[in-house]
Amino acid sequence: MANKFETIAKDFPILSRRVNSEPLLYLDNAATSQTPNQVLERISDFYQTSNANVHRGVYTLANEATEAYEQVREKVAAFIHAPNAKSIVYTRSTTESLNLIASSFGDLVVNQDDEILITIMEHHSNLIPWQQLAKRTHAKLRYVMLTDDQTLDLQDFRKKLNEHTKIVSVAQTSNVLGVTNPIKLIAKLAHEKHAYVVVDAAQSVAHQKIDVQDLNVDFLAFSGHKMLGPTGIGVLFGKPELLKVMPPIQFGGEMIENVTQTQAKWQQAPWKFEAGTPNIGGVIGLGAAIDYLKAIGMPWIEATERELIERLLPELEQVAGLTIYGPQNVVQHNGIVAFNLKNLHPHDVATGLDMLGVEVRAGHHCAQPLMTTLGVEATVRASLSFYNSLTDMDRFVYAVKMVKEFFDRES
Amino acid sequence: MSLNKLNQLYRAVVLDHASHPHHKNDLADATQSIELHNISCGDDIRVFVKITTNKVEKISFTGNGCTISQASASMMTDALTGVPITKALEECDAFFQLTMGQTVPTTTQNDLGDAAILGSLAAFPARIKCATLAWHAAKTALGGEENEYNNFE
Repeated sequence: MANKFETIAKDFPILSRRVNSEPLLYLDNAATSQTPNQVLERISDFYQTSNANVHRGVYTLANEATEAYEQVREKVAAFIHAPNAKSIVYTRSTTESLNLIASSFGDLVVNQDDEILITIMEHHSNLIPWQQLAKRTHAKLRYVMLTDDQTLDLQDFRKKLNEHTKIVSVAQTSNVLGVTNPIKLIAKLAHEKHAYVVVDAAQSVAHQKIDVQDLNVDFLAFSGHKMLGPTGIGVLFGKPELLKVMPPIQFGGEMIENVTQTQAKWQQAPWKFEAGTPNIGGVIGLGAAIDYLKAIGMPWIEATERELIERLLPELEQVAGLTIYGPQNVVQHNGIVAFNLKNLHPHDVATGLDMLGVEVRAGHHCAQPLMTTLGVEATVRASLSFYNSLTDMDRFVYAVKMVKEFFDRES
Repeated sequence: MSLNKLNQLYRAVVLDHASHPHHKNDLADATQSIELHNISCGDDIRVFVKITTNKVEKISFTGNGCTISQASASMMTDALTGVPITKALEECDAFFQLTMGQTVPTTTQNDLGDAAILGSLAAFPARIKCATLAWHAAKTALGGEENEYNNFE
């Protein structure tokens, strides 16, 4: 692992900078991932050699740009094993993807007294769109709660899933609890009740192989910037027959087939959802990110991150007064570790870590209903990536201990 | 690796205020109260004021937060109690300037009392919001800032 790790770390120039005079230890990968040279160079190369607007000009440059843009769509489809490129819609972010489903598809299939079933561990982006849809349509929003070990309560899911459930929307991986949910089982059970299944894959797409056909989900959303790509590019996968019946929610250039003074005809999916000039540079960068992930290999990434978490979690558990949220059993816990130190506010802890060059998130992680359920206002969160090393894990635990000692001494 | 720099922020006086905050209670005879949230961590602070003849007769706060926000709220109540409204508003602005690393006249710094020590926040820009929350709530309660409350949708 060591040799491959050293090669990989060199691809990320930011990892060699210093923060507060200490070598940077970046552990906020759940918020955004760092971007390797290969992605940056591909974007730069596109702007230097092939930049033009897509789907408009008949000239050579425009054609090259359009081809590059559409080739990435095929690349994305292959990456998540979608049936075809037409099932891939480019969006701005996971949030926009989820909003698109809730606004377009949600309004199409959800009626008064129907039920929308989500989980208490959802990020606000997979919660508020459904909350607002429920309010618009007078449907009922229900939440699957947690088991005692803070994983998804599948018994509660079975109990709340019924013939009124129209949509089940769930995160594949929680951005707080470090758990990955059994999407294939959830989809199977939901489909038995004729409900549609939406998956927020923002936290899973860079960490495990995803096969939307094997999972048999109806929609799946993720962002480029959490998988080594640039910000501002997101993806929505939808089953072709569902995308086909969904109305667009944004209107303008590129998404139309024909316009008169009084009416307009849409293009077919996915282009009817891509009004206006899209984030072409972002799409090119996303393509490069997928190439990078594939070259390293998702199985290697998964194995490496498993090794890291198995080093980190037991060490962290040894720190007196430290509470880890989510499952305590390391086998069930992935590389997202939310925790608190007794009597210390997460912001104070994060500032201490920052002084040691360790960058972690502190806050409610855009999951306030989950925070309420856990009985906290906020937590510290460290989230790792395959470009972190075992030494990084040891250094992190040491830094946590130093910060704890600092405040223990002061108070 | 060293945490020496942290000592600049977490001075003894800051830690004292945080662990034993002054005027941390609600005010039954308050003439105004304002609650503000720190959107990044979800902390909330409610500031109560009792105004008599254009003067802050009493000021207090409730709510939870980090060391910096609790200490700053406590220091704020010390600084503004018994102060005329116009002067209290000036002190709020002076505190904002101080945390952003701007120079504030020595007399104003003296008026701020313990709170002046939070000028050290200029070196910790990510934490300025923690410290200024209570002061924004106070300024709003004293009519010096727009109350941009949104309702639940």
